[in-house]
Amino acid sequence: MPEKTYLQAISDGLRQELRHDPRVFVLGEDVGVYGGAFKVTQGFQEEFGPWRVIDMPLSETAIVAGATGAALMGLRPVAEMQFADFVSCAWDHLVTVAAKQHYRAGTPVPIVLRLPSGGGFSGGPFHSQSPESSFAHIPGLKIVCPSTPADAKGLLVSAIEDANPVLYFEHKHLYRRIKGEVPDERYAIPFGRARTHRAGDDIVVVTWGAMVHTANEAAEALEQDDVWVEVLDLRTLIPWDRAAVLEAVRRTSKVLVLHEDTRTGGFGAEIAATIAEEAFEHLDAPLKRIAAPDTPVPFSPPLERAFIPQVDDVVAGLRELAAY
Amino acid sequence: MPQMGVSVSEGTVTKWLKQPGEAVALDEALLEISTDKVDTEVPSPGEGIVAGILVGEGETVEVGTVLAVIAPAGSAVPEPTPEAVAPVAAVEAAVVPAAATPGSPLPAAAAAPPSGNGRTFVSPVVARIASEHGVDPTSIPGTGTGGRVTKKDILAHIESGPPAPAPAAAAPLPSAPVAPTPAAPAPPAAVRPAAPAPAAAPLQQGEVEEPMTAMRRGVMEHMRRSLDTSAHVTSAIEVDLSKIVAARERLKQEYQAAYGVNPTYLAFVPHATVETLRDYPWINAELRGESIVTRPFVNLGIAVALEDGKGLIVPVIRNAQDLNLLGMARAIADLATRARTKKLLPDDVQGGTFTITNPGGFGTFHGTPIISQPQVGILGTYALVKRPWVVQDELGQDVIAIRPLMNVTLTYDHRLVDGAYSGGFLRDLRERLENWEQPE
Repeated sequence: MPEKTYLQAISDGLRQELRHDPRVFVLGEDVGVYGGAFKVTQGFQEEFGPWRVIDMPLSETAIVAGATGAALMGLRPVAEMQFADFVSCAWDHLVTVAAKQHYRAGTPVPIVLRLPSGGGFSGGPFHSQSPESSFAHIPGLKIVCPSTPADAKGLLVSAIEDANPVLYFEHKHLYRRIKGEVPDERYAIPFGRARTHRAGDDIVVVTWGAMVHTANEAAEALEQDDVWVEVLDLRTLIPWDRAAVLEAVRRTSKVLVLHEDTRTGGFGAEIAATIAEEAFEHLDAPLKRIAAPDTPVPFSPPLERAFIPQVDDVVAGLRELAAY
Repeated sequence: MPQMGVSVSEGTVTKWLKQPGEAVALDEALLEISTDKVDTEVPSPGEGIVAGILVGEGETVEVGTVLAVIAPAGSAVPEPTPEAVAPVAAVEAAVVPAAATPGSPLPAAAAAPPSGNGRTFVSPVVARIASEHGVDPTSIPGTGTGGRVTKKDILAHIESGPPAPAPAAAAPLPSAPVAPTPAAPAPPAAVRPAAPAPAAAPLQQGEVEEPMTAMRRGVMEHMRRSLDTSAHVTSAIEVDLSKIVAARERLKQEYQAAYGVNPTYLAFVPHATVETLRDYPWINAELRGESIVTRPFVNLGIAVALEDGKGLIVPVIRNAQDLNLLGMARAIADLATRARTKKLLPDDVQGGTFTITNPGGFGTFHGTPIISQPQVGILGTYALVKRPWVVQDELGQDVIAIRPLMNVTLTYDHRLVDGAYSGGFLRDLRERLENWEQPE
């Protein structure tokens, strides 16, 4: 099985879908001639032509609204935001129209928004956010946050096949840093099924996206304390795998919820509340949350490191839980 | 006699691991007991000398009954003779009260809520385990923050108990009488059960007698009572599992790689059964006096045979309607492992609303299981075999194909469930299984 970067897996997966299904097309700013801000769609326009790889004007509203219309007419658009941060410009079309169309009119809106998200490279407050929780709160949207190349491809296929608007958060810091084996053939990974990234019975870390790798490094560090930490990668937030989380909580009785998004109202709060409601009698320690503080993402590299949860922060949190 | 789960009212002393006069440490295994739910060791609630044993081996007593008296080391305790195992010797010793070992209540006291000396916080999971096992968490040394008893501490406390002397521990009660001939010399130290069965016909040459375990007695009583209670009727249906065989092939690799779970056929059938029960609430019901009680949930019992084929236990998957296929596969694997390794908690076997039994592993193709009271139905699944089967080809012509077929039976209580209703259930269940589509 070939080894690919996370970025290559997304790119190859998307190309495979364009070849597989003539209804699939790509639209976004500079996705065509330039090949995309991060080169995910490099070479696509040469292969599929300008009508299936459409360079759009600098208007996220036009991109999301156009994709919604095309989906209503039976196509399967995959729209790219250059940065996830900019999807807020299209909030109204996404939240008011796309998310509610099926409920109001019975017509599904099968669009995929590719949203390069996350920080770790001094991109500052407009180019580093992880806004998945804001959209997880909107009924009618599905939220996908792959952490590995193989998941990135399989979840993209499911996103395109899904009849609902899907927000596909691809973490920029993983693009060229994370490699893994990716099957060449077409495959779909179903939504709502968590993946055990690393098994353990003492503490479970519930997380997603780039934090899966942070959690994994921290879990390895805890081995020297003879503490075995499970890392559970949710893979999709809407829907999220409550059964797998509750099973792991019942088994380990100690939980750390970790995310890169800011703390207040983050999706970790939803997970924490669910555990308190449904697994209270299985807890052996207060649930712990590690998340970014409630500020914009700083430019300065030292400040950004202080902002995004680091391996050392997670190690400290795990040690506290282990000692409790 | 400690409370071993909410519905357990009595227990049988199967073996004393300490004899009168012997020293015992705090938490050291003191005796083995057997209830109709589980067999377990009981750790000593205090440290000292076993002053007297009040309940002999083989005796069954109610929860809360004082089993033995432990006196502090050095206090004047008459040196008991080996025969002192009989209840008599303990009478005087019983006046050495629990206060003799401060801070360590007698087992009887453990049934009450934890004494809560305010020393440390008891976490929710520790409180739950403590109440299920009748253990006082304040009597366990803690390794957590501020000496808090952690989940690991209490589980180790319950599970461990220092290993009892090897030969005695390895051979529980029945071993003694299994001597090949009646003439074999009586084992020197073995203590006979206090109450063997009333003398029936004397043993003939070559016959071997052994006492009944609590589980066997429970099964015996329950099977008879069920047949005396319900009007058992069994209907069978043949199910073509082609789609499930294919789905399982597809899922096997993913489930194994991603979750370490094997999606056995015994995960698909319960999943479909639970879905079908939604449309047939009376099969997931109970007759309670003159009323019919239905419920929006399914607590699914899965009959598990013990390793040696002697004895069975029916652990329950609670709220099975909430589980997807993966959750079901996982729950079944977990319960089966814990049942076979005797790690089930008493409450794991309570509260079932419908049961599935799978004798098909041995190749049997039909059976008439007995309903687990107070339920009104039990589903039997049998061997999956390839059989010639008449199907229609794409032109609508009848052809004979080789298909994987399974017989499925529903045994129901005709007092509540009628033939048409049960037939509908089986038909819909077959429909679901034959047209299986893996939900995303």
